[in-house]
Amino acid sequence: MITHLITSFIASAAFGVIFNAPKKSLIQCGFVGMIGWLIYISLVNNNYDAVVASLIAAIFISTISQIFAKIYRTPIIIFSVAGIIPLVPGGISYDAMRNFVENDYNMAIQLAARAFMISGAIAVGLVIAEVIYQLIMKIKFKPKKA
Amino acid sequence: MILEKPLNEGVFSFRVKIDFLISFISYNMVRQEIDWLGGNAVENKFPQTFEVIELCLLAGKIMLQCGAETYRVEDTMTRIAAALGIPHSHSYVTPTGIVFSTNGTEPAKLIRISERTTDLYKVSLVNGVSRKVSSGEYSQKEAFEKLKQIENANYTFPIYQQVIAASVASACFMLMFLGEWSNFIPALITGGIGFTSFIYLHRVVQIRFFSEFLASLIIGVLSTVFITIGIGTQLDKIIIGSVMPLVPGLLITNAVRDLMAGHLVSGLSKGAEAFLTAFAIGAGIAVVFAFMS
Repeated sequence: MITHLITSFIASAAFGVIFNAPKKSLIQCGFVGMIGWLIYISLVNNNYDAVVASLIAAIFISTISQIFAKIYRTPIIIFSVAGIIPLVPGGISYDAMRNFVENDYNMAIQLAARAFMISGAIAVGLVIAEVIYQLIMKIKFKPKKA
Repeated sequence: MILEKPLNEGVFSFRVKIDFLISFISYNMVRQEIDWLGGNAVENKFPQTFEVIELCLLAGKIMLQCGAETYRVEDTMTRIAAALGIPHSHSYVTPTGIVFSTNGTEPAKLIRISERTTDLYKVSLVNGVSRKVSSGEYSQKEAFEKLKQIENANYTFPIYQQVIAASVASACFMLMFLGEWSNFIPALITGGIGFTSFIYLHRVVQIRFFSEFLASLIIGVLSTVFITIGIGTQLDKIIIGSVMPLVPGLLITNAVRDLMAGHLVSGLSKGAEAFLTAFAIGAGIAVVFAFMS
């Protein structure tokens, strides 16, 4: 588990370097990625489906990114992208491609659909957290205006 | 007879001059009056509006080229315009171009975006400028100069740092996907070389598809070489780890998000771009497998 923590932190921060995130926010990027991966891997280890795990992890990532974006006054995309990268279904897409090449189309289509579902779940998770955030902001600030 | 003509002409021209002078003075007075009435905008409207449009387009262009989300680009542009006196502006943003128009009689302007990278630092810088414009801290001129500076500057990490980051990330991903520690070094090396070759090939070939295809081909070949030599044991894990720096994770999620936010055109085209990238990577690896088996 500690290996997972350290590697996911380093990987997310390294992705921050590749995407040229501001130097100050690299540690936060790594932190977001670490939390996301921690949630994902602990859900998967407890026999949850990868799609559900990705969805929940993405919601958490997006929430933390919102908070960080508020604190450090930067666009949210900096944190959410670095956080999401570990969740991207690279392994499954790779398996799908491999099965395509080996003429096992049934397996390949299944895996490709799975990869699509997972990336969809990540995006939906992001959007859900954003909508919740907006709802909270609206409820919080509406009485003041009226 | 001879004298009359020039005299007449002289009187005529004198009159014209006086007329012109009077009209000029009265025009200036009217103009000043307009200024006093707070009609500054009426007098300066056209040049200023054009400058604001330029400013908005520049901000949008930088953000879009650096991989910001569509809604953020539109939001920034309308915010800047509103802060500088154009409350109702329309922007239409797609991954390959921006159309921006005010609600007035000025023509809409279009900007073409051909090269897109990911440079989140510039996105956050432009975001900061737009924040300062909205709060009134920057005037339009200052903001334009700042944006020009941002556009021309190169804030990216040096390439060797990016390559180190990519190779470390590859090795870490290999471990995260439950690979064994014995594959650490091969994943580190293949990931680094794969990313380096992607950067250099992209400079030479200019077509993203081929540079990605060739980079993943190199990754595939290198990892099989490592396995046959005997360094490393799990071919799959090494390849997955090293391919990760090339994977279009940002594009996929941005595509779905744009679709959900109602930006159908940009969502679909980003999705197409992501699919092309994924296909290029997959094809590169597939070629290696096809020759192996």
